[in-house]
Amino acid sequence: MPDLGPHATFILAAYGFTFAAVAALASFIVADDRKLRRRLADLEAKGIRRRSAGAGPAAKPGRGRKS
Amino acid sequence: MPSLANPTRFLDLAGRLIPWLAALTATLLAWGLYLSFFVAPQDYQQGETVRIMFVHVPAAWLAMFGYALIAVASLGTLIWRHPLADVAAKAAAPIGATFTLIALVTGSLWGKPMWGTYWVWDARLTSMLVLFLLYLGLIALWQAIEEPGRAGRAAAILGLVGAINIPIIKFSVDWWNTLHQPASIVRLGGPTIDPSMLGALAVMAGAFTLLFVVLHLMAMRAEILRRRVLAMQQMQVEHAALDET
Repeated sequence: MPDLGPHATFILAAYGFTFAAVAALASFIVADDRKLRRRLADLEAKGIRRRSAGAGPAAKPGRGRKS
Repeated sequence: MPSLANPTRFLDLAGRLIPWLAALTATLLAWGLYLSFFVAPQDYQQGETVRIMFVHVPAAWLAMFGYALIAVASLGTLIWRHPLADVAAKAAAPIGATFTLIALVTGSLWGKPMWGTYWVWDARLTSMLVLFLLYLGLIALWQAIEEPGRAGRAAAILGLVGAINIPIIKFSVDWWNTLHQPASIVRLGGPTIDPSMLGALAVMAGAFTLLFVVLHLMAMRAEILRRRVLAMQQMQVEHAALDET
């Protein structure tokens, strides 16, 4: 690391803030992704399927329209 | 390209691309940091503070790129109703906001030793602050409207209206007297920056751009999953309602 002179604090603060902000953003996106995958797995475990996945409400195991 | 309109195919492609792009980003970033601190010389006027440029300038470019992407995606939402356009726009907003904040903060930290102040209300700084507020407005709009289709159309209108700020940011240093320096890289007549610094800046700009792409792919993937969860929760409610009848 070269000698950053009298303004080293400003330079290091700029780089430090940049990496902290990017790390926070990346962590947020990863945590959000994991949370959604867990929710998706929970719903699939309950037998819920998306219509575009080839199944409608009636396709839920053991369930159908009563009327 | 049309096959990418299918979210499932997009998820598959993103899943395969993200690890490679992330590795490439980390490599390029490490090389860029080495060039920024150990190869690029200090500036004859600004001294060592010129090293702030290697994060400030790429962040500012990507702040504008992110909004331009939102504007194009907004057209995709309103005109072509592309299934991934709204997903792309929504995913880009927090990333663009973060890069705008980085540009504002690093610019401020560069301004204090060079200008003697952290902030002035000049056209470049103010228009960048407006860009940050536009990003926050878009994020708030998506949060405020629950139904993704309605939220997407409302955000697309704001996204397109706000795009007028991009040329204002770019040309603010030409149209008004600003404390911020005029364009020194993307300008007629070529860059005015010494090639010894330009190389480090180019590598850092490439690394930041790849970083943006990786984060955007990850955020788009999460947004597609969110919409699937929402759709499945709605089906769960429908099942419950059918069971009660």
